[in-house]
Amino acid sequence: MIGLRPDLAKIAEHVPGGARVLDVGCGDGTLMAELQGGKQCDARGMEIDPDQVAMAVSRGLSVVQGDANRDLADYPDGAFDVAILSQTLQTAQRPDWLLEQLLRVGREAFVSFPNFAYWRMRLALLHQGRMPISRHLPGSWYQTANIHHLTIADFREFLAQRGVNVSGSWFFANGKEIGGGNANWRAEHAVFQLSR
Amino acid sequence: MATTTAIDFTTVKLDAPLQLDSGRDLAGVEMAYESYGELAADKSNAVLIFHALTGDQFVAGTNPVTGRPGWWERMVGPGKPIDTNRFHVICANVIGSCLGSTGPASPGPSGQPYAMEFPVITIRDMVRAQMAMLDALGIARLHAVVGGSMGGMQALSCAANFPERTDRVLAIATTARHSAQNIAFHEMGRQAIMADPNWQGGSYYDGVAPAKGLAVARMAAHITYLSEEGLTEKFGRRLQDRPDGTQGAKSFGFDADFQVESYLRYQGLSFTDRFDANSYLYITRAMDYFDLAEEAGGLLADAFRRAKDTRFCLVSFDTDWLYTTADMREVVHALNAVAAPVSFVELSAPYGHDSFLLDVPALDRVVEGFLG
Repeated sequence: MIGLRPDLAKIAEHVPGGARVLDVGCGDGTLMAELQGGKQCDARGMEIDPDQVAMAVSRGLSVVQGDANRDLADYPDGAFDVAILSQTLQTAQRPDWLLEQLLRVGREAFVSFPNFAYWRMRLALLHQGRMPISRHLPGSWYQTANIHHLTIADFREFLAQRGVNVSGSWFFANGKEIGGGNANWRAEHAVFQLSR
Repeated sequence: MATTTAIDFTTVKLDAPLQLDSGRDLAGVEMAYESYGELAADKSNAVLIFHALTGDQFVAGTNPVTGRPGWWERMVGPGKPIDTNRFHVICANVIGSCLGSTGPASPGPSGQPYAMEFPVITIRDMVRAQMAMLDALGIARLHAVVGGSMGGMQALSCAANFPERTDRVLAIATTARHSAQNIAFHEMGRQAIMADPNWQGGSYYDGVAPAKGLAVARMAAHITYLSEEGLTEKFGRRLQDRPDGTQGAKSFGFDADFQVESYLRYQGLSFTDRFDANSYLYITRAMDYFDLAEEAGGLLADAFRRAKDTRFCLVSFDTDWLYTTADMREVVHALNAVAAPVSFVELSAPYGHDSFLLDVPALDRVVEGFLG
């Protein structure tokens, strides 16, 4: 799994071998290729950018061009063992709807997102009084695709309110995994393993 | 039709009569086909290409009827996306057509051309004939079936009815059902042919062909193959040079003043040299009858139940208003419902429905990648 982004490597590590997987926002299919090749998964993808879809198809992957904000509704209940949403939740028009759909089509879901409460972000906001720009959240406030910023604490509360089970959580800073203590301060981004 | 009778088509005769959706049998069917590239010893590398309404078996190389490049020359050949160095590519003229396969211009049991005695056929009948042809050629299973427009309908029909015959299905700029608008355009074309006094109830083979009617049918259809954007870019409101050499003047008459008129007239007329009017009636009818969901009892997903292990790749174009992205999404939805491995992409291209035949590099990448 060398070359995979740390959050994707973590997800790949925990997806059961041979699982039916839907990667929502799969990009050019890097994670799918890993799951299909390394773990004999039946991987399917959804991606909004046609160039990325073309790239993934040309790698022999099954990817449907679509908008997760709308087209996830097309899949039957429980169609997949695992549904994956990596670094996409914060770009969704309705993150709550998207998460419900993810847990409907997948028996289990992996969700990764950048943590807006990372200490560098807090510091930047405190010192400069401007929307922070970072490696994981590039782009100015008016051009960013990240329209629903959230923190690890927000996400935990959101899951608790909806009765979603957390069967695993992992945290990362500076491209490395860190422990879970004070994650809302220390983690740049997070991966959650969820089920109903 | 005189120009085509001189050509020596490669044909194969089907052993058994074709049992048609109409309930009728069609005996003595001949299929005209072309093949490109070597068939592997284990016969695992055959790719069947289905052509569109007015297409033919001459997919690559030079078309001996028109003297022009094959209709998908840019896609099929050595080193091209459908690489004939690797694949044995087969393309057959559909039944009902007029380039060597049995159609309304072929001699019927009486020895005279069938004309309107030819049975009405369906897309599924066309596919049945192609599968019977593969039997005759000794090819049990294909690496892929590929088709655009009506060829895509056959590809989808093949997946639904003969899933055991192919590993992959690539359907481009097509639909699982002809819409009211699609039928309406076709009906206009058919009426133009049948309103031509030379049509003679279809029995014109001893006389003059209904070329005027067929040309009008082709002109109307041609508009549906292009986008408004493409037409505007290509012609705008530009005027033709007058026969006396003056430029850009309106005739205040009904000559082809506008370049777009001249273009359409040329498209219509040149088409009548190579196509039989009755074939146009029969093939457009087959397309109008096409509704995969209806064949499966109403639910499109049911049509694909047996194809859940077939790999699908579907492609639409953003400027295609004949068979739209929304049409294609219905197919995607149905394939998702049966958990078939499906890829879908809407490509951006300015040429409307005809994009699948034209220079769209992203399509090349998808086709090449999907065929593996």
